[in-house]
Amino acid sequence: MTMTSTSPLAASGLSAATLRRIEALAIPVGALMASALVFSVFLLALGKSPLEFYGLIWTGGFGSSFSVQNTLQRAAPLILTGLAFAIPARIGLTLIGAEGALVLGGFSAAAVAIPLVTGGVTAVIGLPLMAVAAMLTGAVWIGLVGWLRHYRGVNETIASLLMSYIAIATMNFFVEGPLRDPASANKPSTMPIGELYRVGPIPGTTVNWGLAAGLVLAVVLHILMTRTTFGFAARMTGGNVRAAQAQGLPVGMLVVGCCAIAGACAGLAGFFEVAAVHGQANASLVAGYGFTGILVAFLARQNALAIVPVAILFGALAASGGLIQRRMEMPDATILVLQGIIFVVLLTSETLYGRIAFLQPRRSGDRT
Amino acid sequence: MTGADLYIVLLAMIGGAIRVSTPFMFVALGECLTEKSGRINLGHEGNLVLGAMVAYAVSFMTGSPWLGVLAAGGAGLVLGAMHGWICALPRVNDIAVGIAFMSFGTGLAFFFGKSFIQPSAPGLEAIGLGDWTGNSAIAQALQVNPLFLVGIALAVFLSWALANTRWGLILRMTGDSAASARAMGVNIDLVRLLATAVGGLLAGIGGAFLSLYYPGSWNEGLSSGQGLMAVALVIFARWDPIRCVWAALLFGAAGALGPSLQSIGISQGYYFFNAAPYILTLFIMIASARSKSAASDAPGELSIVK
Repeated sequence: MTMTSTSPLAASGLSAATLRRIEALAIPVGALMASALVFSVFLLALGKSPLEFYGLIWTGGFGSSFSVQNTLQRAAPLILTGLAFAIPARIGLTLIGAEGALVLGGFSAAAVAIPLVTGGVTAVIGLPLMAVAAMLTGAVWIGLVGWLRHYRGVNETIASLLMSYIAIATMNFFVEGPLRDPASANKPSTMPIGELYRVGPIPGTTVNWGLAAGLVLAVVLHILMTRTTFGFAARMTGGNVRAAQAQGLPVGMLVVGCCAIAGACAGLAGFFEVAAVHGQANASLVAGYGFTGILVAFLARQNALAIVPVAILFGALAASGGLIQRRMEMPDATILVLQGIIFVVLLTSETLYGRIAFLQPRRSGDRT
Repeated sequence: MTGADLYIVLLAMIGGAIRVSTPFMFVALGECLTEKSGRINLGHEGNLVLGAMVAYAVSFMTGSPWLGVLAAGGAGLVLGAMHGWICALPRVNDIAVGIAFMSFGTGLAFFFGKSFIQPSAPGLEAIGLGDWTGNSAIAQALQVNPLFLVGIALAVFLSWALANTRWGLILRMTGDSAASARAMGVNIDLVRLLATAVGGLLAGIGGAFLSLYYPGSWNEGLSSGQGLMAVALVIFARWDPIRCVWAALLFGAAGALGPSLQSIGISQGYYFFNAAPYILTLFIMIASARSKSAASDAPGELSIVK
């Protein structure tokens, strides 16, 4: 049996793990480029210039220090909602309810703030309380989905999206009713949290602390999922539930735990939306971050660290939306179309894993 | 609440059930067909919204709402066929692709629908089934849209065709055991592609109902999860087209709860009653998830019940 390599990459002596990493980077990047191409055709069909479009995304997303900060500002909630999809995905769950956890988390933060503000509690105590309330609400909300999944066999994808609608209705109920600030005439909102409770920007920037929280959580959760027994057990459960159960792993606890972590991430995003951006809870919380987060996580291949750059990319898309609307006279839904195309192309590209010849490690039985 | 009030609420709910249930019915029948072939399409929310937009735009431009319905079906067919084609590739997850199509369909609809938010397009005419009673409340509750009747006829036809035709047998076999279908020489990818495409077509028509009849205009908040609730509804209906109709009516009645209570002056908790259909769906899912009958009726190849 003669052992000849089938590819130059394999011949260069790269290990199987390295090749797998290259593959995991090359396929999503390729999918992104293919989507850009498909979208260019779409633009050309409408008589718009793709070059101008991508140029504007660059200008609007990264062109100046203002636009970079705008991008980062929008990336922060996407990191958190991306994590909210990625962590349960590692244990084999497809949860698409981060939007609801974000909304309800933000609402809880605003609701907890009402007695704190009127009671004159200092921000040093008040803000952590608000953040904890937001994270707890999110954790319980999504944790419930995990519980239903594991102990009642309810499909988590549909359940989480239904819970999302229930969450939004719950917030609307309180915001339009019992907790409505009489001063908010046109847009029903809770009482403003006031300047004292506002989370300011990171010094020297206009970006709020949500970005820092997102970065820290991405690193912490990456370590949790890759370097700890919890993460190992969770990934093993995601690989094969039966095998994990046979090994005596507490599968139910792991499932609910991962879901609770996801909910806490989304809830924290809601806290920053309230405490740093809107200053109160209202319909502005329903901004679609939860849904874009799903795409971010898919593109990052559920890797917590990879979520950061991907979230920044989508933050840039969102940041340049206004510029594209004005300069190219295209509706704001243009970005939604682009995101939809990326989503479809990306999931189609899943079929390429293990099928691109020069990215496959040489197997011992290969012959020519 | 007095007896008269109760009467008004009940009548409003029956009327609401008839009005609101049609899109549920179409999406559920389409999804039922798709799931019978062993695949799930979670993207019907996208089909529904795109169908609504296309129907409204075509009706506005041509003046014919029925052309709009046709175009909506066409748009749904294209989305469904794309879903079916992509899912036939190896290693592709049908649930994830469904989420992608949810976002793709709504994105396209919002993009092309911007210019159709203002103008008003001709809608579908209703048939007054209750006009002979001479009672205006009953007559109003029994204003039935032709699509509602088409949906019921379709459910009866599907139920018959699945049980009694060669095509129905092939479809059910593909859904229950891909291996045996392959052994019989059936091209399972083709069967699933067709089932998903036709399912998409029906969901698109369901969308046309939203924009052309009730609520009867196009805007971006037109559908809030009806496409997805219909998927849950199929599980509840245990993959039976006739039961899909009953389930759709039940969902329609739940959706009409908020507005009908408002009609007798109970507006307290309006937003909460708006959540009723979602809560109902969730409870139904919880109740039917572990039941033995649901498990035995499910197509064997379906990923969500495995």
